Amino acid sequence: MEIQSPQFKEKARNALANEQLQRAMGKAKTGFISKRKKSVEALPEFEDLRSSARAIKDHTLAHLDLYLEAYEEKVKASGGHVHWAETAEDARQAVLAICRAAGARTVTKGKSMITEEIALNDFLEKEGIRPVETDLGEYIIQLRGEHPSHIIGPALHLNKEQVEEDFRRVHTQLPEERDLSQPESLLGEAREILRPQYFTADVGITGANMLIAETGSSIIVTNEGNGDLTQTLPRIHVVVASIEKIVPTLEDASQILRVLARSATGQDMSVYTTLSTGPRRPGDPDGPEEYHVILLDNGRSSMLGTEFHEMLRCIRCGACMNHCPVYHAVGGHAYGWVYPGPMGAVLTPSLVGVDKSGHLPNASTFCGRCESVCPMQIPLPRMMRHWREREFERGLNPATQRYGLGFWAFFARRPRLYRLATSLAIPTLSGLAGRRGWFRSLPLAGGWTRYRDLPAPQSRTFMQQWQARSGAPHGREGGDR
Amino acid sequence: MNEDTIKKPRIGLFVTCLVDLFRPSVGFASVRLLEEAGCTVEVPMAQTCCGQPAYNSGDREDAAAIARQTIEAFEEFDYVVAPSGSCAGMLKKHYPSLLKGTSYEKRAEAFSAKVHELVSFLVDVLGATSVAAAGKGGSVTYHDSCSGLRELGIREQPRKLLNSIEGVEIREMENADVCCGFGGTFCVKYPDISNKIVEEKTACIEATGAQTLLAGDLGCLMNMAGKLHRQGSPIKVRHVAEVLAGMEDDTPAIGGGGR
Repeated sequence: MEIQSPQFKEKARNALANEQLQRAMGKAKTGFISKRKKSVEALPEFEDLRSSARAIKDHTLAHLDLYLEAYEEKVKASGGHVHWAETAEDARQAVLAICRAAGARTVTKGKSMITEEIALNDFLEKEGIRPVETDLGEYIIQLRGEHPSHIIGPALHLNKEQVEEDFRRVHTQLPEERDLSQPESLLGEAREILRPQYFTADVGITGANMLIAETGSSIIVTNEGNGDLTQTLPRIHVVVASIEKIVPTLEDASQILRVLARSATGQDMSVYTTLSTGPRRPGDPDGPEEYHVILLDNGRSSMLGTEFHEMLRCIRCGACMNHCPVYHAVGGHAYGWVYPGPMGAVLTPSLVGVDKSGHLPNASTFCGRCESVCPMQIPLPRMMRHWREREFERGLNPATQRYGLGFWAFFARRPRLYRLATSLAIPTLSGLAGRRGWFRSLPLAGGWTRYRDLPAPQSRTFMQQWQARSGAPHGREGGDR
Repeated sequence: MNEDTIKKPRIGLFVTCLVDLFRPSVGFASVRLLEEAGCTVEVPMAQTCCGQPAYNSGDREDAAAIARQTIEAFEEFDYVVAPSGSCAGMLKKHYPSLLKGTSYEKRAEAFSAKVHELVSFLVDVLGATSVAAAGKGGSVTYHDSCSGLRELGIREQPRKLLNSIEGVEIREMENADVCCGFGGTFCVKYPDISNKIVEEKTACIEATGAQTLLAGDLGCLMNMAGKLHRQGSPIKVRHVAEVLAGMEDDTPAIGGGGR
């Protein structure tokens, strides 16, 4: 997917003006938040679980090479194949080689953000292979030629009327008078259309919520069961997963599962939690004949040991965006790449460069709600600030901002001069407002006054009044150095 | 030194730049509350701003210089108190990490231990359960500013003191803990998004039917007051310290004109 994050402001404005989107976002946010809250409150040990989940990932990341190699051994031992992919292109080529060797024409796909990251669908289509998304949300946006707007609810930006419209447009073989007014009827129709696809597909591609080093298994969690059909019915199952998905043991995986669904959808567990370990064994009633895992790096190993290291703990639950006021306001597409919200604001610059995605870590109020709900206790605001530092160091932020900041800092670092300047400016500004008390507009303050009035300063500065009141300055005189 | 000054905690008031420039009454309210609670209050002149505009814009060098300057100005006091969760959070939580690995590391840690937000200082450190002030009373709604709430755990303290004033009725708003959209420079860098967020906030405020909106951070208050005024709302907006200090009679609400 081509990065459109440089157009964040424009996209955000359009999103704010899009009534339909605003309606969909309004509904989405209240549901996620209340469900998570209820499920977390029902579990007194939830905070301890967060800490232990975090510890598991911290330990794994500290020994990532070791666990990845152990995992590879186990996959091989169970008859599967492991393909190491340093870049998105490596991963795409690995998938293509598998498809070509199988003579594949159609692949079914379980919901996977990593295949969004490597833009697999567009690539396969160009190569003459038809990808079929089987997750309802993914299926809908595939019909619309869109990308997910949320990492666990890809079609969160849509209302059901729009989905009905799309289904009627595409499923022309079905009777026109059918009722598609309810979510259930939409789901039923998607199921009817998708079910035969599992049997015609030559390859099923899924992501992985976790990879287990101890057993060589991959885990997916879903609520629709489409992932299971994708990975058991076609002749070949391909797992595409990034390297930080690894956890040491089955026990560790089950610990993390306890915080995953609760943080994501407020469920204790997702409806389906499916482990895959290698291809079908003799005597197995079903399962693929071939089992492949493509392990993608795509920039992640270069985050290790940096100030963005902790981002690799992310388990993609979406809680950060579900609780983000900026995400609520503009939706996921405004962010302009695969990963939206706070986790996207940290991860995107790591994967595509801060020069192309500088808006994302800047478009945050640092309210800290994301960090407070993150099941992996990732300090998202802190890392967004680190990206701002990288931008500042490289001179990437706008010149007006830099000059403004430099001007302000010059005074802020010289208390005596600052007091002198403010003791002249503030009474002037206060006088300018007169008895009104408000400014409706003010030169250089357009960013503020476009949408709100600016209260005028009361009169003189506090420092002026305090000095006048006390006669002599209290405390140490602030000398400029 | 007489006995009195030995016993009284000596407070260095970190006024905050917005209070200094826009609303000195919050500073005087802070002084009154601290003095009534038995403290000696001093205001070091070598203070300007906590440095967040630089720090949150990625300018660590200027932020660190301001941090060192603030530490030097305040480290002689028993406590450093600020009428803002955001600025107190910067002083307490971020100065140590900003100066880590420098010659100021130890000083920043010692300084951090003395820093408190005003209302939580009164309640948590001084053990206040009520305030002397008898204000006008009336219905108020309280917005929990993000840094105070999530960095410093300020939630019950202002409500406790407000409830101790006769005639004050707190009407809780929905989503009191959700950001108002201010976010420091965010509100001018992304005004469209900030506006959307503050619109949601003012809708929650209006829905309470309260006469007055209170919070503990002037930045958030100016943002919400500015939006309410633009929308033609009659709701008065004040810093919580002004109500706790009983200064409503002689101090107009935000935007109510100078004195």
